[in-house]
Amino acid sequence: MSDSILRAEHITKCYDGIPIIEDVSVHLENRELVCLLGVSGSGKTTLFHVISGLNPPEEGKVFLRGEEITGKPGHISYMLQKDLLLPHKKIVDNVALPLLLRGAGKKEAREKAGTFFEQFGLAGTELKYPAQLSGGMRQRAALLRTYLGSQGVALLDEPFSALDALTKTEIHTWYLHVMDQIELSTLFITHDIDEAIRLSDRIYILGGKPGRILAELKIDPPRPRDKDFSLTREYADYKREILRILDQ
Amino acid sequence: MRKSPSITSKLPAVCAIALLLLIWHTACDLDWVPNFMLPAPGAVLRALAEDFPMLLQHARVTLLEAFYGLMTGVAVAFITATLMDRFTILYRAVYPLIIITQTIPTIAVAPLLVLWMGFGAAPKVTLVALTTFFPITIGLLDGYASADKEAAALLRSMGASRWQLFRHLKFPAALSHFFSGLRVSSSYAVVGAVVSEWLGGFEGLGVYMTRVRKAYAFDKMFAVIVFITAVSLLLMAAVTLLRRASMPWEVYEKMERKD
Repeated sequence: MSDSILRAEHITKCYDGIPIIEDVSVHLENRELVCLLGVSGSGKTTLFHVISGLNPPEEGKVFLRGEEITGKPGHISYMLQKDLLLPHKKIVDNVALPLLLRGAGKKEAREKAGTFFEQFGLAGTELKYPAQLSGGMRQRAALLRTYLGSQGVALLDEPFSALDALTKTEIHTWYLHVMDQIELSTLFITHDIDEAIRLSDRIYILGGKPGRILAELKIDPPRPRDKDFSLTREYADYKREILRILDQ
Repeated sequence: MRKSPSITSKLPAVCAIALLLLIWHTACDLDWVPNFMLPAPGAVLRALAEDFPMLLQHARVTLLEAFYGLMTGVAVAFITATLMDRFTILYRAVYPLIIITQTIPTIAVAPLLVLWMGFGAAPKVTLVALTTFFPITIGLLDGYASADKEAAALLRSMGASRWQLFRHLKFPAALSHFFSGLRVSSSYAVVGAVVSEWLGGFEGLGVYMTRVRKAYAFDKMFAVIVFITAVSLLLMAAVTLLRRASMPWEVYEKMERKD
């Protein structure tokens, strides 16, 4: 357990004295993809804000590779459904922003960021503005920025929920592939049960008010999974189990 | 390829101006109005051509006052707006004051400034600064406030300091509002400089205006007015060019919205 890349222990976070999440513990192993699954309002995004250091929790601690980072931003970045690319910066400068914020020189940051463009399918977009790119490309750029800002861990908050089903499947495959290449570990928020089962190594189910971890589920088949995985008995069993837990 | 929309959209305005000029010309031609009170468009144009070298000479003075005043206004607006954005208490304290100062008519302040500062350039520059300060301050304040809250949170999660947040997010977000304010202010600046020259001075379009008015040279009066209008329009166009050069990404955002 001690070699977890990311650990959040016994997190309780309140807003205006009302607890939003209570005693939530999650961990993420190296190169693992873990989903936080839950209905809206269960405090998934709150947990992300705590992990990224934006909002210090009332109770609990966050560790990145064994080092405590509770309430300290600048270690782990996240990505939302909205790409939040800055419209006035060229793609390469948008992507290199985390490096720049950490004190790298502009040239150095551009060079470092530039080395990943090919891998992320962004070659040739370096000097374009975000408004010149399609939605899917912008998400890729946002993901690359997250990667450069996160030291091996990505927090993704429903990043693909605005995409249609086909594009979604495509970007899932692409994401898993890239993730393996760059040795990324991912904590992934979603309310889409199918997305969670298809992508995850493990799933945390979040629910209740205040939100807590209702269950932890391991999805056994190794990634990359067969296209027909979602048609198997095993898959249906996972789904039934999750629905049962959410129903309680 | 479709016809450029800017041409079709400008057509009604061009027609309206042409129609007004025609009515004006007819009114003078048929002696509906005595010619010494309202000179015909042709007469105004002739006066403009005759006086052009002199107008340019006076314009140099006025434009310099307007320029220095505008630069002062921009600098003060930038400092004020940025501090107001940074310190809420300052915002609450100063905002009503700024609004109140805007209700004081320029004409009422100008004589006071002359009494305090004399007949040189100082009261003129000050007056221009006072009138141009307001639109730019408001523009910047709106602009700072328009910065995406979620983007701000994301930048903070990346460890951005307050200064970095300002530099990478807030200031760029305020640019378009700033230029809208500057556009309005640049025409205010010329008018402000002219008005302050009415009250005394040795050179400048306002001084010249007072002189021809006292001589009842209506055609020359109108010529100055046309000249000042043209100068203001040119200044506004210059601001638009400056905006395009400073914000090259705006073009793409507009194209994207049309898609």
